[in-house]
Amino acid sequence: MSNVLILADFSADKATKTTAELATAAARIGSVTAVVLAGAGKGAALAATVNQGPITNVLVIESDDFANHGVPASADALAAVIKEKSPAAVLIASHAFGKEVAARVAVLTESGVITDAVDVAADGTATQLVFGGSTTVHSKVSHGVAVITVRPNSIEADFSTSSPAIENGAASISADAKKATISSSQPPVKGGRPELTEANIVVSGGRGTDGNFSAVESFADSLGAAVGASRAATDAGWYPHSHQVGQTGKTVSPQLYVACGISGAIQHRAGMQTSKTIVVVNKDPEAPLFDIADFGVVGDLFNVLPKATEGVLAKK
Amino acid sequence: MKIAVCVKQVPDSWAEKKMVNGVLDRENVDAVLNDLDEYAVEEALRIAEAHGGNDEGGPHTVTVISMGPERATEAVRKALSMGANDAILVSDSALAGSDALATSSVLAKVIAEGGYDLVICGTESTDARMSVVPAMISARLGWAQLTFASHVTVDPAGKVSITRVTEAGVDQISAAFPVVISVVEKINEPRYPSFKGIMAAKKKTIEQKDLAAVGVSAQSSWSQVKDATPRPPRAAGVKVTDEGNGGEALVNFLVEKKLI
Ligand SMILES: Cc1cc2nc3c(=O)[nH]c(=O)nc-3n(C[C@H](O)[C@H](O)[C@H](O)COP(=O)(O)OP(=O)(O)OC[C@H]3O[C@@H](n4cnc5c(N)ncnc54)[C@H](O)[C@@H]3O)c2cc1C
Ligand SMILES: Nc1ncnc2c1ncn2[C@@H]1O[C@H](COP(=O)(O)O)[C@@H](O)[C@H]1O
Repeated sequence: MSNVLILADFSADKATKTTAELATAAARIGSVTAVVLAGAGKGAALAATVNQGPITNVLVIESDDFANHGVPASADALAAVIKEKSPAAVLIASHAFGKEVAARVAVLTESGVITDAVDVAADGTATQLVFGGSTTVHSKVSHGVAVITVRPNSIEADFSTSSPAIENGAASISADAKKATISSSQPPVKGGRPELTEANIVVSGGRGTDGNFSAVESFADSLGAAVGASRAATDAGWYPHSHQVGQTGKTVSPQLYVACGISGAIQHRAGMQTSKTIVVVNKDPEAPLFDIADFGVVGDLFNVLPKATEGVLAKK
Repeated sequence: MKIAVCVKQVPDSWAEKKMVNGVLDRENVDAVLNDLDEYAVEEALRIAEAHGGNDEGGPHTVTVISMGPERATEAVRKALSMGANDAILVSDSALAGSDALATSSVLAKVIAEGGYDLVICGTESTDARMSVVPAMISARLGWAQLTFASHVTVDPAGKVSITRVTEAGVDQISAAFPVVISVVEKINEPRYPSFKGIMAAKKKTIEQKDLAAVGVSAQSSWSQVKDATPRPPRAAGVKVTDEGNGGEALVNFLVEKKLI
């Protein structure tokens, strides 16, 4: 049976749900080794959190270069593992870091790369939704190792507990990969709500909130949802940039997306239009987002949302 | 400083896009300068202006580099009308349908020949949406990678510092020339070309090169599209007007859809 690598994805020193999703997709192709890139002395603790999904082996590589030099150092180390193990494919989470690691790994290993896959089949064929979700594309890498980045929350993960065999490897990082140095890093502020890209439900607010996100947040909390924002709201400083949904923010694809006081500019749609169900609350009946809404309420969000919040809480 | 800006011509964001034989049909849509690349052009001009400018005979130059069909001259011309000095456009029929790996190898070769200190890209092309070309250029050239920058400071003595903003947080990163930068859209407000700028751009040089002139051979794409099917457009569903019961109607919809 062929072997497949995944680059384990972490947030706040814990393997994310995305790691299990990558493993689930990878296991269709072959036996899964999760590569854990960790700071010196931190590998065992990180590896211990990689315990969900069909993972057979964990390969821990420790080096402080990952924290000090970021993407290029991580890509070098992963490329070295690929050259040694010749896997059938490498699956990486599709976010800025993952895509850039994939980009460099593809160059270093002379391999084709596919980004933003929403599904991966046993023969390595990747499914992508392109042009704002209007077209489904199936593509396949035809040279080298298939380097594929997979969008979080797209694959139904097998969360069964795994107890993979843990081995350690040496970091192989070139001088070129250390040319840029990270002097400080500030992780994103995490609230108590689910992660945007991992959430089943996302409730977003736009300029229509006029800076007051309390109605949006209360409704989100009643649903156990993550909170998103349009660029108008993040630009105004009403909500952190890390919550922006759209072309230059995050791409989300939840079961339910509720847009409140958001008009529906193409750049916003680019980040949410593959959501399974879309609900829109907007006082302008002509707002373009209504065109793609499964359910729309023409009304003031400050009237509609509190009643909806009450209604949801009453059903529980 | 010699600054290069990589810009791509893309179909207008609003245009309906179609795949023909596994590649994007670029012939029959309105094409524009990738809007995220306007921020890259703007940042290049600001960096030059902060240190004495890029006027003729001035200390700095901003060169636009693009790979694309001949009609990409329109997008390149827009970057020139914003104030870039000159441009190189690589056009060759053998490049049609290139993937990011092929594109980055051509761009890297052009950049390597030019002896630049800084290369500035957008973070993403709005058609491919891969966000990989800047990292690939950096890997190919062995230059420092300073990507997803929301702020750039350049010490003309040869040091560049950026603030990187991604979902993983905010990092301060620095490196010595030569570097590959990509900029996010929060970094600046791109200028509109002035009438003077548009007139001046007509006289600026766009050096057109084919693959032989660049000195690389065509690389076939390393990933293949097997099929592309349009998905049924999302149809608008139910729309109710709130007359006091909009919230309730919303909840009923969620219950009906088994979302709560
Ligand atoms: C390069 C580039 C990248 C971009 N990237 C992104 C991106 O990633 N994400 C993004 O979102 N945008 C992005 N944008 C911006 C985008 O073009 C829009 O400007 C933005 O999405 C608008 O946000 P909005 O819908 O909140 O505001 P508006 O367009 O101003 O819409 C506000 C809406 O709220 C409604 N409203 C007002 N008051 C109420 C109320 N009390 N109750 C109910 N409804 C109300 C109004 O009717 C209106 O429809 C980008 C733009 C550019 C140029
Ligand atoms: N054909 C091209 N010509 C010039 N620059 C390009 C080209 N393709 C991509 N780029 C640059 O790389 C950035 C990221 O593109 P991409 O990786 O395709 O999303 C763009 O914003 C451009 O700055």
